[in-house]
Order: sequence, then C-alpha cells, then structure tokens
Amino acid sequence: MATTHTKSAARAMMAPSVIALLIWMAVPLAMTLYYSTLGYSLYNPISTPFVGFDNYSYFLSDPTFSAALVNTLILVVGVLCITVGGGILVALLLDQDFYGVNVVRLLVIAPFFVMPTVAALVWKNMMMNPVYGVIGQFLSSIGLQPIDWMTEVPLLSIIIIVAWQWLPFATLILLTALQSLSSDQKEAAEMDGAGALSIFWYITLPHMSRAITVVILIQTIFLLSIFAEILVTTNGGPGSQSTNLTYLVYQQAISFGDVGAASAGGIVAVILANIVAIFLVRLIGKNLDA
Amino acid sequence: MGAIRLEKVRKAFGEAVIIPELDLDIKDGEFVVFVGPSGCGKSTLLRLIAGLEDVTSGDITIDGTNATELPPAKRRLAMVFQSYALYPHMSVRKNIAFPLKMAGMDKAEIDKRVSNAAKILNLDNYIDRRPGQLSGGQRQRVAIGRAIVREPAAFLFDEPLSNLDAALRVGMRLEISELHQRLKTTMIYVTHDQVEAMTMADKIVVLHAGHIEQVGSPLELYSRPRNTFVAGFIGSPKMNLLTGAEAKKHDAATIGVRPEHIALSTSEGMWKGTVKVSEHLGSDTFLHVETALHPEPLTVRADGEFPVHYGDTVYLTPQADKIHRFDDKGLAIR
Ligand SMILES: Nc1ncnc2c1ncn2[C@@H]1O[C@H](COP(=O)(O)OP(=O)(O)OP(=O)(O)O)[C@@H](O)[C@H]1O
Ligand SMILES: [Mg+2]
Repeated sequence: MATTHTKSAARAMMAPSVIALLIWMAVPLAMTLYYSTLGYSLYNPISTPFVGFDNYSYFLSDPTFSAALVNTLILVVGVLCITVGGGILVALLLDQDFYGVNVVRLLVIAPFFVMPTVAALVWKNMMMNPVYGVIGQFLSSIGLQPIDWMTEVPLLSIIIIVAWQWLPFATLILLTALQSLSSDQKEAAEMDGAGALSIFWYITLPHMSRAITVVILIQTIFLLSIFAEILVTTNGGPGSQSTNLTYLVYQQAISFGDVGAASAGGIVAVILANIVAIFLVRLIGKNLDA
Repeated sequence: MGAIRLEKVRKAFGEAVIIPELDLDIKDGEFVVFVGPSGCGKSTLLRLIAGLEDVTSGDITIDGTNATELPPAKRRLAMVFQSYALYPHMSVRKNIAFPLKMAGMDKAEIDKRVSNAAKILNLDNYIDRRPGQLSGGQRQRVAIGRAIVREPAAFLFDEPLSNLDAALRVGMRLEISELHQRLKTTMIYVTHDQVEAMTMADKIVVLHAGHIEQVGSPLELYSRPRNTFVAGFIGSPKMNLLTGAEAKKHDAATIGVRPEHIALSTSEGMWKGTVKVSEHLGSDTFLHVETALHPEPLTVRADGEFPVHYGDTVYLTPQADKIHRFDDKGLAIR
C-alpha cells in the first residue's frame, strides 16, 4: 500500500539525521555519566579511581547546592514574572496607535540583540555602579543613598538584567498574539457591556493564553541555564548569594578542578530540568492542544 | 421599546465622506432592512447606530433620548456580526450568559434567561460545547441567543446569513422572521441579498453611495420604484431598462419593464427578437432575447417550460400598465 510504502521511505530518509542527533546527544551524556562516577581531579589527572555515587553524595550534601537550587528557582520565577507581566503591558501599549509607534517597537526589541555578556557588563558598570552608574547618580541627585546593587542585592540585580534581555522576546510573541485578536470580538464584548478591564480579563487574556504558555516554556528552558550574566557581574557572590546550579557546576570544574563532582552536578541539573519541564507541561501544556 | 431616529447623520473617514447627511425614522417593532451594493455604507450606518463608530455630525435618538454620545453598551442595542464574533474559549452557555454577567445580574436569573434562549433557538443539545465545535448555522444561533438574552431595545444584524450555505440560509431566514414575530422587537438587518430583503422586511431602505435612494415596503419598492437605481436594484432578475426611440414613444428618457411583465409568443407581438441563452429553472424559464431596441439583450420570464432554442425568433409584448417611465434625471414620472 502506498501509505506503508511512504512511511518506510520516510523512515529511511530520516534515519541519518536521527542517528546523528542521537550520537550528538548520547555521547556527551554518556561521558558525563561516566565521569560522574570517577574521582577525577584536574590537579591530579593521572589517577581517576572509580568511586561510585560518592560524587553525587558530595555534590548533593554541599550546603552551596541547596542554596544554588533555591537561587535557580528564584531566578527563573522572578524573570518569568517580570517578562510575562511586563510583556503583556508593553504589548498592550504597542498595540495602540500613537505617533512614532514603529520607532518605539524597534527600540523595545533592541535589547534582544545585545549579547548577554555585554548586556551584563553595561548594567553592572553603567547602570548599577553606585558611583558612576545612572541609577546611583539619580539617587544621589535627589538626595538618597545610592545602592551598591551587586553586593547588597546580587540576585535581584541579576534578575533585573536577565529580565531586561528577555522582555523583548516575551513582548514580541505576546504582541503578535494580541494583533491576531479579531476586532469583532472586542466590539461584541463592548456591545455586551464589558468595560476595558473586563474585555482584557475575559477576552484578551484568554486569547493570549497560548502565547503566554509558549513564552513560559521557552524562557524556562533558557533561564535554567543562565551563566554569562553571573560570571561577568557577581561571580556567584557575595558568598553563594547569586550562585545558580549552572554556575555551581562551573565552579566545581574550573575553580576547584573537580571534574567528577562537576559531572555529577551536571547530571543533577539535567534531572532537575526534566522535572521542571514535566511539571510545566502538565500544568500549562494543555493550553497548547485544542 | 426601540424607536430609532437618525437626524442629519454624516460620517466621514478623514477626507472620504462615506455617508453624506442622512435622515431616517425607524418605528418601534419594525423590521427594517438596509440593502445596497457592496461598499455603499450599510455596515457603516449600522455601526453608527450601534455606537461602534462616532458620527461626524448629526444626532441619533433611541427611544426619545439622544444617544449620539452614548457608548455602545448604554444604547441597549444588541448586534449579530457577520463573523458571529463568538468568544472561542467560552462554552455556548457562557457565551450567551456573558452580557448578563457583565450587567451584574444574579446567577439564578442568568440561568433562567440562558435556558430560555437555548430553548427558543434549539441550542439545548450543545449548550456545553465551544463555538469551535459547532457548525455555521449553530454558531449563528448562538450569536442570536447572545443578543436576545439581553432583551435589547433593538437588534442589529450585519449580513448574518452570508456565511451559510443556500439551504441553511432559507431556514435561518424563516427563523429570524419568526423570532421577530414572537419578540416584536425592532430589528435592523443589513444584507445585499434582495430575496432576504423582500421576504423579511416591513420596510426596506435602499442605499447607494451613502444616500438613501428610497424607503418603503417591499411591494412599494417593487411596484413604484422612485428612480432607475431602485428599479434596477429591486427585483430578480433585474428590470429591463430601455432608452432611445422606444422610450420616446412613452414620453420618457428611460422606460423599464420587469421580465415577468413581458408576454412571450413565437408568432406575433410588439417587439421581435432572437433568443440567446435560456435559463431553465423548472418553475420558470428566463430567456435572454436580443432585439433591435437595445444593445443588451432583454430578460424575459416565461411560466414553466418554454420550448425555444438558441437562435429562434420570438415576439415580446410588454404589459402596458406595467411600464415604468423615468425622466432624463432617472426619476420616475408618475
Ligand atoms: N475605518 C474605515 N476607514 C476608512 N474607510 C472606511 C472604513 N470603514 C469603511 N470604510 C469605507 O466606507 C465605505 C462603506 O463601507 P461599508 O463597510 O459600510 O460598506 P457595506 O455597504 O457594508 O459593504 P459590504 O456589502 O461589502 O459589506 C467603503 O468604501 C469603505 O472603504
Ligand atoms: Mg458590510
């Protein structure tokens, strides 16, 4: 039959790329799993004895681990709240017709094109520096004590920087969703006696729910592995106040030279990411069918 | 109660004047149909009445109170859109209940009214489905249900049946007429389908480029068109309009004869012609007959079957008392 034939042909055609992809994913994963069972220090790479689950118990019992776990979650949730909430507001604003809306749209999207390291450095030195930064200068000029962002509120600072970078993405997706809402529906609601707030709550927001889901899912994947912003601003400090899981794994490998523990951490991070993903898909993924 | 009065209403989008000053009186309980060619401003006029567009100048009075500045919700009008404009994420029940919920009505009263509307419109079987799971005709009923629960002063329909297939359209046409008989509420209905206009209306308003060409009952427009535009627009197939020598004989610049008012014969008659295309509908036959009177063929209706073929010669005789005469400005001579 034609259909069976096309199916097997399709399988044969896809096989090379599927196999390449599997190798591409499976080899690093297998290597990481393998290293995570070795006592492998960069300071003594000659002897790499098999240690079983020691690396895991070491990594998981490290007090920095629980701190990093909490930080990771705060970072993800904080950035999501700001970008989704802010994205909806900015999208609503950009959906209006006002003079120069095209220029404003371009400006709003601009942060997305700035590299994470550059963005973080600009924020650290030109915005948040208590002496030279714009925020510090502004606070001084109105007679307030400037805040030393990176030492006083390191995690919040990173949340702000990352949210600034991801706001354009959220705005863009939400704006396209907003623009696909038919004006008939809004007008029908208007005639049905709904005010601006009711229209937003009962018509606009449900219409955008799918786009919001997409934003949350995609951003979560990227936000779980934030690294560059932490490296160039706080270095995970002070102490471990702004260390997330990714940064902790990096520290284990590079600062402490402990490849075994870093690999174990990497595996833990993968498992956690999967837990979060399953949880998210269960919770909000149903918005995507229908 | 739903008497609506438009006084010197004018609408311009920027430079483009879509509706030059227009007056219109709609009595309580009337079924008024706006007809006109595409782009003549029917929807715009309806949206002005609904309050979805602001008038450029003039006044709209609803039930004696000036509604020109009122927002749509305060005008107590309900609208059924061509696209139905149902809320896709709400069930049929929630869709219908939405205007009541917005009005802050209590739960028991909402339930009562929704189930009442569902019964009138036969919506009971799919009351918990989403609009996406309904057929076009069912969606249309939901849209009407959402309009009637509010018990509005008047209903506004913007080409509500144009997305339905022919059979369903006939059915819904009857349903809407019946609804009007039952509710006795004012209805304003926009269409460019003149069968809908003729069959449903108490009063037809013929629009052309934002002007009102004529207002009257369907039969009035059919038997006494005020000008050539209305004469050509109302009636199907179109009235034959003749200029030149034949019109002169009747002291007019243009004369018009409807296809159904011309007698056909194969042997004798007033005008000789050659049969072109014939359209056989079973109940009637429409012949397109080429004559020396006019460059375009005349349309003639014959009852039942009329056995002629392409190229045959026929004779046409217009009924003398059914000839419409128009002067050189296109206005009817009476
Ligand atoms: N928002 C607007 N801005 C500018 N011009 C408009 C606007 N809305 C309508 N028009 C113009 O007004 C005229 C009348 O439009 P309208 O929609 O009322 O026509 P209509 O009679 O309903 O036609 P149809 O039978 O095709 O629905 C059209 O020429 C249209 O281009
Ligand atoms: Mg229209």
